[in-house]
Amino acid sequence: MSDCCSTATIDVPIEPRVAGKIRTVALVGPPNSGKSTLFNRLTGLRQKVANYPGVTVEQRVGRLNGIGRGDLTLIDLPGIYGLDSYSEDARVAVEVLHGEMPGTPAPDAILLVLDSLQLRRQLMLAAPVLALGLPTLLLLNMSDLMEARGGRVDTLALAQELGVPVAKISATRGAGLDAITHFLNRKAEPEQPAVAAGSKIELPVMGNPRSYRQWATGISTRTKYKAPISNEWTKRIDGVLLHKVWGPLIFLVVVFAVFQVVFSIGQPLSDGFGEVLNGAGGRIGALIGHNWVESLLIDGVWRGVASVLVFLPQILLLFLFIGVLEDSGYLARAALIADRVMRSIGLNGKAFIPLLSAYACAVPAIMATRTIENKRDRFATILVAPFMTCSARLPIYMLMIAAFIPNKPILGDLFGLRAAVMLSLYLLGFVAALATARLLKSSILKASSAPFILELPQYRFPTVRSLSLRLVDRGKVFLRQAGTVILMVTLVLWVLSHVPFHADLARSVIGRVGQFIEPVIKPLGFNWKIGIGLLTSVMAREVIVGTLGTLYGADPATQSLGLQAALRHDLTLGGAMALVVFFAFAMQCTSTIAIVRRETNSWRWPALQFAYMSALAYVAALATNQVIVHFVR
Amino acid sequence: MVAIALLSDFGVEDGEEFDLSGAWKLRLLSELPIGTVGVVESLDLPGEIQHHLMHMGFVPEARVMVVRRAPAGDPTVYSIDGFEVALRRDTAKAIRVRDYEKQ
Repeated sequence: MSDCCSTATIDVPIEPRVAGKIRTVALVGPPNSGKSTLFNRLTGLRQKVANYPGVTVEQRVGRLNGIGRGDLTLIDLPGIYGLDSYSEDARVAVEVLHGEMPGTPAPDAILLVLDSLQLRRQLMLAAPVLALGLPTLLLLNMSDLMEARGGRVDTLALAQELGVPVAKISATRGAGLDAITHFLNRKAEPEQPAVAAGSKIELPVMGNPRSYRQWATGISTRTKYKAPISNEWTKRIDGVLLHKVWGPLIFLVVVFAVFQVVFSIGQPLSDGFGEVLNGAGGRIGALIGHNWVESLLIDGVWRGVASVLVFLPQILLLFLFIGVLEDSGYLARAALIADRVMRSIGLNGKAFIPLLSAYACAVPAIMATRTIENKRDRFATILVAPFMTCSARLPIYMLMIAAFIPNKPILGDLFGLRAAVMLSLYLLGFVAALATARLLKSSILKASSAPFILELPQYRFPTVRSLSLRLVDRGKVFLRQAGTVILMVTLVLWVLSHVPFHADLARSVIGRVGQFIEPVIKPLGFNWKIGIGLLTSVMAREVIVGTLGTLYGADPATQSLGLQAALRHDLTLGGAMALVVFFAFAMQCTSTIAIVRRETNSWRWPALQFAYMSALAYVAALATNQVIVHFVR
Repeated sequence: MVAIALLSDFGVEDGEEFDLSGAWKLRLLSELPIGTVGVVESLDLPGEIQHHLMHMGFVPEARVMVVRRAPAGDPTVYSIDGFEVALRRDTAKAIRVRDYEKQ
């Protein structure tokens, strides 16, 4: 389940290298030069792409199906500035290039992808890459943008200087890709020498960045490289978004707006979707007739699965927002604004990027920590990332808030009480993450502060294509989860709540288990049905909603009610709020546990994390319930 | 080599002449005010970080412009070789530059 948020790739048989024969091609280039966009074009796969450095943190492998060469393997690598491994993601790239990565074949040709908008600097990477001695094709990406902004370069001269073919491409538009086909076809013929005969290329002294830079500068001068005029828009936008006063203010307004939109647009959408699902369930039930099959399929499975499915619109809205943030280039700016806060808790500002993406899902966020150079900083970030409010918490938050919090306006129609409660839950998770990081950095993960080095990408308009692909992929993950884990859980729950036969719910197997654990959770204001939900949701947070849907559907007292009404019938305000607070803190997600185990290479860290988060969740939920019971009335 | 590096940084048109007679003195990159340009003299950072920065273009004779500071006053955004990179004051303090003023 640990791959819940990543794309599928293939297993490649590792064969020994044969001279002159190409089987495996690697994409190499500096961070944010467009390698993954090109990878997706060339393979037809859907590797994650966005506009900030460090999106790809491990190697991805695919077949070159996009250009009809399914017999060849393409490896996408994390971006690198040089062939020294200063961070975990760079180490991955260097090991794959040297053929030292277990499970990944050594490349026998290289596609070197450079951003032509900043060719002079990016050429520095060409020196160590060409020195590897593999057949190489240099791809000048975003050349359409370069030319549109008045830049130019003599590609023939560049090819002569470097002794390798050079092609201008645009990975986003898919332009110029036939050069890659030509290169691969030509190189596949063994009689062709790797470097064009007669050319004599000069490389700088290896391992010395200063000589790389002089070399790159010399080449760009001789090839008449003219950098495009800098993107004035980026400067102007930054003038506002990084402004002393407006910058942080705009950040807050945007966050408020998102929560309000999730309610004011998302809620009606999901209500409507819920009615459609319930109506369909009722009609199917009528076809089946009133018997145990109907009870299993409709009251059990349909009700359980549908109660989670209805949150699809809100989750997609949230992902749309995150997609705009990531694709526009704003994410790196947010990290810049947050660096001061992050430093005060002992973390690197760079940790803010994984933490922000943890609002979508903690699994890719934990992998994204590989860009953090300092190991202790990286572990601290991994340990606090699950506190960030991921999208799997959205269903239970939305359900409880819609059921228990009245829709009162606070700032006119702009910001309501429900959005405020939601926002405070997000803040609660954020504060817990910061406080825990502080605790870790001043105790077991103490380290001298690591430097903050962050490249700021130019702003780009997010493309409709890229945003809709994100939503489709996310929707698929959500539906797959509903169709597998949640379906299975609701099936098992229905069976356990009807065994032994003809017993009422409280005396069924599930009722007995629930009542066995009830004393532990009673002080939190939870009943035994919530208790069962806490157990099943260890698999994934949204499972609790499906569980409650099934259990309340099986209970004759609440069978005729909707899930929200059933919860109001059965739970106090204190218990409801304690439940969302519990979910703000608890680490209810096996995928996260698995990825933490993988990234820290030990069971010790995930075990510590799970125990700490569960204890915190219990205490905080207890406090919430007691405060509401005693002080709110 | 120095002349090439100077002329070609920042996308300055080839052939454009700089007046090198302007007074310049050694300073720390962190001390440069916004909008000014410095020429990197030396870096004094722990091995790996120094290497990383140098691969990003912070090598002697490279020209760095101070673009803006983050809302909290730190880190600062620098422009080098046509791209922008943010550094904390602690890091910028370890980079010695000579003031470069076009007269």
